[in-house]
Amino acid sequence: MQWLDGLIQGVLLGGLYAQYALGMALMFGVMRIVNLTHGDLMILLALIGISLSSALGIGPWMVLVLLVPLAAAIGWLLQRAVLNKVVSEDPLPSLIATFGLSVALQNAMLQVWSADTRSLPGGGIEQASWQIGSIYIGVLPVIVLVAAICLTGGLSQLMSHTRFGRALRASAADVEAAAMTGVNPKTVYALATAIAVGVLGFAAVFQGLRSTVAPADGAAQLIYAFEAVIIGGMGSVWGAFLGAMVLGISQSIGFRIDPGFGILAGHLVFLLVLAVRPQGIFGRN
Amino acid sequence: MTPILSTKGLTAFYGDFQALFGVDVEIAPGETVALIGANGAGKSTFLRSIMGLIRVKPEMIQLDGRPVGGEPPHRIVSGGVAIVPEGRRLFAGMTVEENLRVAIDNASGRDGTWTLDRVFSLFPILKEKRREPAQRLSGGQQQMVSIGRALLNQPRLLLCDEISLGLAPRVIREIYEIMPEISEAGTAVVLVEQDVSLAKQASDRLYCMLEGRITLTGRSGEISRDQIAAAYFGGSDAVA
Ligand SMILES: Nc1ncnc2c1ncn2[C@@H]1O[C@H](COP(=O)(O)OP(=O)(O)OP(=O)(O)O)[C@@H](O)[C@H]1O
Ligand SMILES: [Mg+2]
Repeated sequence: MQWLDGLIQGVLLGGLYAQYALGMALMFGVMRIVNLTHGDLMILLALIGISLSSALGIGPWMVLVLLVPLAAAIGWLLQRAVLNKVVSEDPLPSLIATFGLSVALQNAMLQVWSADTRSLPGGGIEQASWQIGSIYIGVLPVIVLVAAICLTGGLSQLMSHTRFGRALRASAADVEAAAMTGVNPKTVYALATAIAVGVLGFAAVFQGLRSTVAPADGAAQLIYAFEAVIIGGMGSVWGAFLGAMVLGISQSIGFRIDPGFGILAGHLVFLLVLAVRPQGIFGRN
Repeated sequence: MTPILSTKGLTAFYGDFQALFGVDVEIAPGETVALIGANGAGKSTFLRSIMGLIRVKPEMIQLDGRPVGGEPPHRIVSGGVAIVPEGRRLFAGMTVEENLRVAIDNASGRDGTWTLDRVFSLFPILKEKRREPAQRLSGGQQQMVSIGRALLNQPRLLLCDEISLGLAPRVIREIYEIMPEISEAGTAVVLVEQDVSLAKQASDRLYCMLEGRITLTGRSGEISRDQIAAAYFGGSDAVA
């Protein structure tokens, strides 16, 4: 029974990781931009959300409504002002630029919010759960999972069936050829990063509701997102979702083997996938 | 009549290396012009400058008499220029139809002379392979996709960079057979070719380029082999 519980809790945890990973699937998986601010941006958004909630006295769903457009605007600005200038075949410039930005963001967050851990009050929804036999299933984690599935499905449709999706895949495949076919890659990339960071707006609210956030937490989320994308296979949105599930389940099962082993179990499974199937589960080689 | 494209003293650089030294070319609406020259003469550089992939001064390239040098590629495309690039440059990981759709999505404002169906009737094999990943096609078929993609940008001026390169003679013939239909649609064409006789046959006028300069120009039917040999290799004594 405890293994079934581990599996279920793992899938639910995977739902949260999928929300970290989706934006990464777009930026790293498709556009091949290494954005080291990914986790910090999520933390920043969560902290903004928490401040908004207490300043305006609004509930988590209203925070979500405000935060997602703000997140998209931040993403758009990030691409326009920074990443479009450093994007090239060579991943090193984007790595260095975003590394600097990540350090700056963390310090700025420390200044504004201090190192305290905070969370977003959910008005009781964080404690609500269903009981099935001896297993408890939290209402909030189920909402997170359902949201993750909807976001993944929507993004997948966007990538395969829209003008924007085609333009983005074309730019990622050969940016010069895409430009010669009439695509404006800078606009397309700005929109893609707006979407990627917009999704982090969802992740930020759910992270704030499900657990706590502090300015230095971003690194862990960054790693989970990278791992999920690589486990699933570069360029595949559902792959990233699946990778997030693998990670969530590994951590949850690992935690039941030994509470200190949970996080490590996730990393070990990641390394195992890397060794056995380096192109990822859905990846082509 | 205003030329659809003219270049005036076009110079182009790769870093410190100068690849073009004052190239003057004019193309009238609807005409087919060949550009020939040896490896490294600067033909692709010329086309890439027109497409906005190389920084040049605005006046150096004029579309319908309007300076456009240095504008980004997507603006050049909306101005009515499309290119079949050297090496085909299809979008890997996307199907044949998706490759073509990118061009439809981003076509110039010109009315829809070219449709997916019309491209499929030019190259019936593409209709059969429309759901295949583009990179899985043969070289000739990939070239057809690349041409179809350029046409679906609805160009008034089509630039073709060595579309015969690496293809079997039968496939080259098949591809060149569609050129008249492109011209009949009122599209001007620049054909960059290494195969001189093919270039002469398929064009109204011809330019020969050598080391970044135009060394010969005239009506394709009136230029002699000796003139071309001299312009191509640089002086009659250049090759023993
Ligand atoms: N990216 C680049 N960087 C530096 N030099 C370049 C670059 N591309 C081309 N060149 C140089 O510019 C000159 C012109 O090259 P270009 O590709 O335009 O020639 P071409 O006439 O198209 O030749 P080919 O028939 O082989 O395609 C050559 O000397 C080439 O070495
Ligand atoms: Mg060339």
